[in-house]
Amino acid sequence: MKGVAISDTSLLLASSLVLVSLLFSYFQKLKLEKETLISVIRAVIQLFAVGYILQFIFGMHNAAVTTLILLLMIFNASYNAAKRGKEIKNGILISYLSILIGAGTTLSVLLLSGAIQYEAYQIIPISGMIISNAMVAIGLCYRQLSSNFKSRRNEVEAKLSLGADILPASMDILRDSIRTGMVPTIDSTKTLGIVSLPGMMTGLILAGTPPLMAIRYQIMVTFMLLSTTAISSFLACFLSYRGFFNKRKQLR
Amino acid sequence: MSELEFQNVSYVNNGKEILHDLCIDFSPGSYVSIIGPSGSGKSTFLRLCCNLISSTKGTVLFHGKDVLQQNPIELRKKIGYCFQEPVLWGNTVDDNLSFPFQVRKQEIDEKKISCLLASFGLDEHFRKSEIKNLSGGEKQRVALIRTLLFEPEILLLDEVTSALDADNTGLVEKAILGLNQRGITVLWVTHNDAQSRKYADQLLTIENGRIKSLEAIK
Repeated sequence: MKGVAISDTSLLLASSLVLVSLLFSYFQKLKLEKETLISVIRAVIQLFAVGYILQFIFGMHNAAVTTLILLLMIFNASYNAAKRGKEIKNGILISYLSILIGAGTTLSVLLLSGAIQYEAYQIIPISGMIISNAMVAIGLCYRQLSSNFKSRRNEVEAKLSLGADILPASMDILRDSIRTGMVPTIDSTKTLGIVSLPGMMTGLILAGTPPLMAIRYQIMVTFMLLSTTAISSFLACFLSYRGFFNKRKQLR
Repeated sequence: MSELEFQNVSYVNNGKEILHDLCIDFSPGSYVSIIGPSGSGKSTFLRLCCNLISSTKGTVLFHGKDVLQQNPIELRKKIGYCFQEPVLWGNTVDDNLSFPFQVRKQEIDEKKISCLLASFGLDEHFRKSEIKNLSGGEKQRVALIRTLLFEPEILLLDEVTSALDADNTGLVEKAILGLNQRGITVLWVTHNDAQSRKYADQLLTIENGRIKSLEAIK
């Protein structure tokens, strides 16, 4: 395999591209020069740090450390997802469980089928993709749930007044919220290869992997994103809707 | 024993007192019209009756037992509430009429549906009508029929004829009177003075969250 090798000199020369953005901002009076510089410096520092950390972890070949990092990644994602739904009770815990089960199920299938191995260099990048996807999906679910329970309050109360329990009274809202969480992943799946060549596939091709092998990985990634998004959205919605009701089965 | 009783009931929402120290009871089979200016607390009163909200002070009793000690779902099956703004869901009228059966996990009673549709001036084909094509009056009648499919012990009506023409208002009034004559207690909030005195045996006036008067109608 012959991949693209980026030397320090070529990376330094490539950094001149930042100048284009800075000059553009300066002449167009966009006042984005400072922000651009800060963001570029931050990105470089963060990526170098991640690079060194990953290199260190990959070199350890320790399953316990890999698992610990996985759990930390899930916690971070849960924390961020919960911020999208401030009305959701126990948002962090629900998000954590939803992502853990969603990502856990998907990873188990991939491991058991032999598609990947429980090695840090495989598990961490793949988990990163599915966890961040689940985080975005759950965030969307929470926003939709909160907004629906506000805007469709009369509908829920009309159903309750007909003697419905809180689940049948909320079912249409739950379906709508799960759909909202899943639609972006389904939409991006539809346009794969037509609108965009996904980052992972592009990376593999640049690293010298033949396109026919790269698409195999991408197909696997697509399947796992769909599965994790579906499981996580479903769990997050079904675990959180109860928080919109009190013990007397009244809408809060 | 009274069927429904309010003992010193107050309701506060967001620091604002909506209902203040209500004491009233309704005997089985009574027909009470509730009147009062907009924002006086009439709808809140009905929502307390069917336990969609709970009082912040005082006790609501149903058959002599505190509603807080009763199963809210079973309670709501016995106290039907028809909202001021009819809320329909799904695509068709049938989606709405089948809901009370789904909730009770029962087979749809076609005969009962046809019978109720007819008593509200609607025919069988109406069941397939799409919600988006219904007029305000039709929506109100569908919401009312939906509430009546399983006859409640107490029927709470919140301005349910506000979007109906005179003929259809007459049909609804007649149907409700028929239910009351079969022993169902009716509490009907209305802004129509003539309607409030037409069939009711009591007239309850609520103003500023307080009971202003309760008079018997001859």
